[in-house]
Amino acid sequence: MVLSAADKSNVKACWGKIGSHAGDYGTEALERTFCCFPTTKTYFHHFDLSHGSAQVKAHGQKVADALTQAVAHINDLPNALSALSDLHAYKLRVDPVNFKLLSHCLLVTLACHHPAEFTPAVHASLDKFFSAVSTVLTSKYR
Amino acid sequence: MVHFTAEEKAAVVSLWAKVNVELVGGEVLGRLLVVYPWTQRFFDNFGNLSSESAIMGNPKVKAHGKKVLTSFGNAVKHMDDLKDTFAELSELHCDKMHVDPENFKLLGNMILIVLATHFSKEFTPQVQAAWQKLTTAVANALAHRYH
Repeated sequence: MVLSAADKSNVKACWGKIGSHAGDYGTEALERTFCCFPTTKTYFHHFDLSHGSAQVKAHGQKVADALTQAVAHINDLPNALSALSDLHAYKLRVDPVNFKLLSHCLLVTLACHHPAEFTPAVHASLDKFFSAVSTVLTSKYR
Repeated sequence: MVHFTAEEKAAVVSLWAKVNVELVGGEVLGRLLVVYPWTQRFFDNFGNLSSESAIMGNPKVKAHGKKVLTSFGNAVKHMDDLKDTFAELSELHCDKMHVDPENFKLLGNMILIVLATHFSKEFTPQVQAAWQKLTTAVANALAHRYH
């Protein structure tokens, strides 16, 4: 799946509008993931996963920052995400199915906070973008 | 069999009461066809599906979306008995419509996202979790009679 010029434009516009809320949304998406898909918590057994957890907040910010970087380098995701790709392949080894779960919860979070901007076309572009990011992050798994 | 807690049932039922089935149904099916264009394969006779606006404005999409979501309303009424409730529809989707059950999961996620756009803050993680469980259970019930 290839990101079209329109997709890239939609993603950049949407992410730009999110601005400083990105960290909050990253945190909320994680919270939704843990809540809706309890199996995902197995990767965070060392975290305090209660509502408002500082660890989840910090991790949400981390995820958001990485996505912000990805948006900024949307024309060359493999290079921009190379270090994260190594991390996920050799250290974290999160099963690929979980990237879809987090991506879905990111979409739900954005849909909740920006319903007017979250048109079907923008939704499609973001879904493709998260899919592309997930593909890069799992690209070195085997 | 899936077990829904009293809280999960309450979360589902109370939100469902506020859903405009006609409007939401059209949006759900429309988004499915826009976001996952390969799902258009089941709707060759729906006319113009060539763009986002064509799909979202297509009267056949809206009508069929309403039909699908109305059927989903049956799930809300029979949360403890989904496999039996959807037995006939399951056979229909397999034998007559030849729909890959993967599509039920995709549609389920579209329901969640459209609910999120409509209910925003009310669509808390806990409410989403209850609905996530329901859409998964309905997808499984619809796949149950496949052979």
